[in-house]
Amino acid sequence: MMRISMTVNGVRESADVPPGLTLLEFLRDRLHLTGTKEACGIGECGACTVLIDGEPVTSCLVLAVECDGREIHTIEGEAVDGELSELQRAFIEAGAVQCGYCTPGMIMSARGLLLRRPDPTEAEIVEAIAGNLCRCTGYEAILSAIRLAAERSRTGVSDEE
Amino acid sequence: MRSELTYVGRSTAREDAVDKVTGAARYTHDLTPAGCLHTALLVSPHAAASIARIDASAARAIQGVRSVLTGADLDVRLGLYLRDKRILARDVVRYQGEPVAAAAADSLEAARTACNRIRVEYEPIPAVLDPRDALSADAPLVHPDLGTYEHMRGVFFPVAGTNIAHHQVIRVGDVDAALAAADVRVSASFFNPPVQHVAMETHASIAEALPGGRVDIWTSSQSPYTVRHLLSVAFGIPHAAVRVRVPHVGGGFGGKAGLHLEPLAYVLSRAAGGRPVKVVASREEEFNTLPSRQGLRSTIEIGADRDGRLAALRADYLWDAGAYADYGVNIGRAAAYAGAGPYRVPACRIDSRVVYTNKPFGTAFRGFGHLEVLWGVERTIDMLAARLEIDPVELRRRNLLRAGDRTITSELVTEGHGDLIGCLDAVCDRIGWGCPVERPSDARKARGRGVAVLHKAPAMPTHTACAAIIQLDEDGAANVLVSGVDYGQGTYTVLRQIAAEALRLPIEWVRVAWECDTASSPYDWQTVASRFAYMGGNAVIEAAADCLAQIRATAALAFGIDPSRIVCEAGAVYPDGEPEKAMPYSRISLGYTFENGNSVGGPVIGRGCSIATGLTHLDPETGQGLPAQFWTYGAHAVELEVDTETGEIEILRIVTALDAGRVLNPKLAVGQVVGGVVQGLGSALWEGFRFDEAGRLLNRSFVDYKIPTAKDLPGSIEPVFLETPQPGGPYGARGIAEHPMISVPSAIGNALYNALGIDFTDLPLSSERVLAAVRAGGGAG
Repeated sequence: MMRISMTVNGVRESADVPPGLTLLEFLRDRLHLTGTKEACGIGECGACTVLIDGEPVTSCLVLAVECDGREIHTIEGEAVDGELSELQRAFIEAGAVQCGYCTPGMIMSARGLLLRRPDPTEAEIVEAIAGNLCRCTGYEAILSAIRLAAERSRTGVSDEE
Repeated sequence: MRSELTYVGRSTAREDAVDKVTGAARYTHDLTPAGCLHTALLVSPHAAASIARIDASAARAIQGVRSVLTGADLDVRLGLYLRDKRILARDVVRYQGEPVAAAAADSLEAARTACNRIRVEYEPIPAVLDPRDALSADAPLVHPDLGTYEHMRGVFFPVAGTNIAHHQVIRVGDVDAALAAADVRVSASFFNPPVQHVAMETHASIAEALPGGRVDIWTSSQSPYTVRHLLSVAFGIPHAAVRVRVPHVGGGFGGKAGLHLEPLAYVLSRAAGGRPVKVVASREEEFNTLPSRQGLRSTIEIGADRDGRLAALRADYLWDAGAYADYGVNIGRAAAYAGAGPYRVPACRIDSRVVYTNKPFGTAFRGFGHLEVLWGVERTIDMLAARLEIDPVELRRRNLLRAGDRTITSELVTEGHGDLIGCLDAVCDRIGWGCPVERPSDARKARGRGVAVLHKAPAMPTHTACAAIIQLDEDGAANVLVSGVDYGQGTYTVLRQIAAEALRLPIEWVRVAWECDTASSPYDWQTVASRFAYMGGNAVIEAAADCLAQIRATAALAFGIDPSRIVCEAGAVYPDGEPEKAMPYSRISLGYTFENGNSVGGPVIGRGCSIATGLTHLDPETGQGLPAQFWTYGAHAVELEVDTETGEIEILRIVTALDAGRVLNPKLAVGQVVGGVVQGLGSALWEGFRFDEAGRLLNRSFVDYKIPTAKDLPGSIEPVFLETPQPGGPYGARGIAEHPMISVPSAIGNALYNALGIDFTDLPLSSERVLAAVRAGGGAG
């Protein structure tokens, strides 16, 4: 067992974990943050994407012990005080959600992009989610959602209800 | 009528979207009841072998292991239409990847260690891997006892002593004579490999064996009532003792219809003294152990006159069922009655045989065999057009089904069936059919256009039924209970719109209860076949009408007038012409109380149902009958560019038209089309199982089995909807969820012929295959 502590969605978390425990297992099984999904377990589908210090990573390939002292952001931290983020609203408005299983990972990849590049090019948007598989939507609405969120964050114009 | 609708036809946001973008939506994968055990599987390394000995004693001795089962412990046979499958292989394994043992333990690690300790001695036996070989007289029999298996009689016809699980025939007219007399004949053979659904949530089930022989199930399924029924039948438990709950489901595409991991979870729980047991398929197991789409080998011959009028069609469809029949037999049936395409064919002979092989087994997949048969049919139609030097669109116009024609099962086509030619015209108009194709972007590239049409009806039993219950809450809001499953299609959102419309209630006051629960939600057959918006929609309309009748009856007592004089509007009731007396539903939803305390009425609970009407079994000798509640027609047009030096195909545009009857929610409908088209692109360009010579699946991960990513999108996908009202459909709607995927490969194959002059017959149209054909100078693809 190894003692680790990290910040998850702004909350300090400490635990004793076996060295082989993945960040994904830590989030889902220990912290009960089941919004982060597992769909392949070997880093090929992007469903488990979270941010570590602002960088999107597939949490099934990261050990919990590697995250000691770092800041983790998951889908559960995306809405603040029950208020959906611009990105979340854009996903709903653009029709980017169907079964929803890839959605948390998609939003995390998009969040990572927008942190890095608030005004991304079309190619950067595609690249940002190229590692996130979706079988329902055909991706178009997801790309639109990210475009929409970027545009609104840039112009400061929020969605009309 | 249109202008009167308030909610139907609008792009209402998904009811489930907020839960899904916040991570709050719970899927079976996310559930872990207290005391839950985790499961690992041991699977067969052989495509065909007898199990000489199996020893699980070492596995049982491992700390934390609560139950270990092998096929020897379980004498149960399961099956939807044909009971041919064990929960765990017993005595014999029939495909590489088939589970032979399972362990449930406190941790997944302990369960895996347990499986590693199980010793199995196999004696390999000859495997049959190609359905053509499986038909030969000396082929090894995958199921030597086929003749003794229970099956749905009168509908399916397994042939004892062979590998044929079902043989569906269609016989119309004298095909041989019509072909002999035809001015021109074309024939070709085609191949579709098995393809995986790749729902993002793999199969997952939790079962808890309870005292008194009861069982609770949570499962990622399209079919709560079918799971309940099949478990009840298989284990001899009363239906009411089985409770099936379906939370959010992370995609289905047909792969989660029927029964999958639920029986295994149940028997493991039983063996573990009733501890809840969770079985989750790994992605590799999803590819290799759970079912996929069947492979197909087709041979099609079409005869026509000089003007291109079809005289006869003969087709041989050989389905690679894999080791078990599952839905495969019904696919062989449905794709046969749709197997001439949406054409007027005076003489037709189709033999659709579903054949066992020693490979992972097939099941339902979005399109239910139609993508596969229409790959061959729509390519053959283009071959005929080329032979006759008639424009392929013109050739189709001359032959497409119109009102007054008969289908190959003798169903009379009416105006209400939809506008097939309108769909074709719409896509041709958009793509610029008839205008010259622009020059390719590069000298080594070739450009082309192609079209293909499609049709599909729900493949469902003649007695398929569906029910809905609507209960009004204390505040007058409505709670809609159904047992169809919304695994992403958006049906619940559409049902919510329909309920709001029919109840004359603001949509914010309507919710559709998300988790299906057979203990409290009313019956539905299962969510397959693109029939839930249709049947569920009708059931909800009827339930809403029942609610309104109750509201009117109580309001009439309250106002002291005749119920016929009560108006329901925007969640309130008032006497006709006196809107100032309006009283909200909440004053009536639990009963009305007069000033003196006297009360009348009672809780308002509406009940509605719908059942398939007028369907018949197909005649066993001729295949004639009425199998279709409704048909949905459509067409695609594709423009593409192909690189003659790399074989790579770039889809520039794809236009898709469907006659939806009525578009209930435009945004959701577009979502179905774009998603379906991209899934169809996967089948067209990349996807397909590959096996080694011993029958082992080679591509069982996302690295080796490529599905479309965000980088693989066409230049544009352009959905077009026609709205020819469907008689009997809710607000005139018909199903559209499966259809966008069907005939996408066909349109691409036809465009590829247009670009290169090469007739491709085998899917997928991978770069390797295209390049090889280009280098071979246009030989067979």
